[in-house]
Amino acid sequence: MNLTPEPLVYGLSSPGRVGVVLPESDVPAAPVPAWLERESLPLPELDELTTVRHFTRLSQKNFSIDTNFYPLGSCTMKYNPKANEAAAAHPSWRNLHPYAGETMSQGALELVYRLQGILAEIGGFEAVSLQPAAGAHGELAGVFMIRKYHVERGDAHRVKILIPDSAHGTNPASCTMAGLEAVTIPSNAEGGVDLEALKAALGPDVAGVMITNPNTLGLFERNIEEICRLVHAAGGLVYGDGANMNAVTGVFRPGDSGIDVMHFNLHKTFSTPHGGGGPGVGMVAANATLAEFLPGPLVVKKGAAYALATPAKSIGRMKAFYGNFAVLVRAYAYVRMLGAEGLRRLAENAVLNANYLKALVEKRWKVKYGRRCMHEFVAMGDIAEGVHTLDVAKRLIDYGFHPPTIYFPLIVPEAVMIEPTETESKETLDAFAAVLDRIADEARDNPALLHDAPTTTPVGRLDEVAAARCPVLCYRA
Amino acid sequence: MKLDANARYRKSHEWVRKDGAQYVVGISDHAQESLGDIVFVELPAVGKAFKQGDAFAVVESVKAASDVYLPMSGKIVAVNDALEGAPDLINREPYSGGWLVKFEASNPAEWDGLLEPSAYEAEASKE
Repeated sequence: MNLTPEPLVYGLSSPGRVGVVLPESDVPAAPVPAWLERESLPLPELDELTTVRHFTRLSQKNFSIDTNFYPLGSCTMKYNPKANEAAAAHPSWRNLHPYAGETMSQGALELVYRLQGILAEIGGFEAVSLQPAAGAHGELAGVFMIRKYHVERGDAHRVKILIPDSAHGTNPASCTMAGLEAVTIPSNAEGGVDLEALKAALGPDVAGVMITNPNTLGLFERNIEEICRLVHAAGGLVYGDGANMNAVTGVFRPGDSGIDVMHFNLHKTFSTPHGGGGPGVGMVAANATLAEFLPGPLVVKKGAAYALATPAKSIGRMKAFYGNFAVLVRAYAYVRMLGAEGLRRLAENAVLNANYLKALVEKRWKVKYGRRCMHEFVAMGDIAEGVHTLDVAKRLIDYGFHPPTIYFPLIVPEAVMIEPTETESKETLDAFAAVLDRIADEARDNPALLHDAPTTTPVGRLDEVAAARCPVLCYRA
Repeated sequence: MKLDANARYRKSHEWVRKDGAQYVVGISDHAQESLGDIVFVELPAVGKAFKQGDAFAVVESVKAASDVYLPMSGKIVAVNDALEGAPDLINREPYSGGWLVKFEASNPAEWDGLLEPSAYEAEASKE
């Protein structure tokens, strides 16, 4: 990594220097009203080469899946094939204007239509809306749909959503955003939903349940069918959080287990860039009960033509235009490259990689819930007296690895949540496990190495308290 | 783990201590240690009433935001305003300067159902 501190672009500015000379205006100049004129506009003045070097150096400080292993649990930081990018960059997509109209956009509509169908088939659902722009956005859409379903039936008093204590924090946040009340359900000793606690919480005031399967502990919820049956019997609906779909694609169809509505993250499972690399898609899928409540518009086929249509009882729009269309092109390229068999193998290899890495890691580190994991597992970072998960995470940076997700899920103290994904080689997994072993030795013999980490980055250990309490969010000259 | 011998505890890591006719509440040394550096505290309005076990405050650290539960039913009579500017008081002095609220108990008998320091220590060390 390039360790030299990079000045702000303003620090490289030199008065009067220009990078681009604009041509003479070929239209008459229109006067700018005096009230719009500024006295000064402090923009940096740079030549092209200085600008290119500045941004290239900044990019070299960037940590990405294209540079290093990125085992960030529950985020599925898999490699995104460059063929996806080539497909999305094709001029026929790139130059398509959102106001071109249906007759001019048949190819784009056909792609959306096909992708809706493929994703509905993968999930075992009736219909799909590709509108939501992120996982939590898809959750919000799903909770709105559940709410509207009950209101339409005159069941508006159902205001509670039950959520396991291992859930992503976005689940209760989505409920609150939708005006519903999130109620926590404890996990059992196996790391699954405590069925007795679920039964006790179900009642006429419960709108539904949000289930993540596999859950954030990387464990398959074995009682999923029983959970759906209990919730339905009590008049509620089941929301599926598909953040961990990478573990089961082509193997398990959540819709078949009784889940009513679910989001998948195309930017996780279906290999579109995320984590600062691009916008997401948190598509939402529904069974026959909820399909007519999906956010619109969807693409439908009318005779030989494709058209936009909004379902009869739709919750409305979740996003301007048709969602993040260029992301849909990438996901479509990906599913078509893999095919049905490839999609199943991706899940199998994601699970195999996680279990291989778990077997290596658990020789030295505590792994909570030791049974066979799915796509990720949760270890504990308190490897030695006075050493915490944060120290281990920071030390991993010194060895060139992105830290795993830490201190989540909340029900595991000192959690280190590791998700290798299917795209990593055995050599990378071995190297990562070897470094964790070395860090375990360091924690015992020389814990200062962990407490002082990272030391190989342009900035060292950041003051997280000051960052949270007194953030500086604007450039200050 | 440090304990206050005069306090009673809940499994969810709150302590409560008699303070004249009132009671004072905070989170245990073990809790602040587990949470890590605390950056924000959200306290209730004075005069608000809670039942035993109700969430009455939120403590946010660099790792997580956690609800804090009132160990006994009662009405809030004072909150620790110093925490607004210095939430790390909870890390430094969990049993003194880092107190959260004072309350008037509506059912003082609930005190007897709370954990003695030794029983809490046994519970907390199981985690």
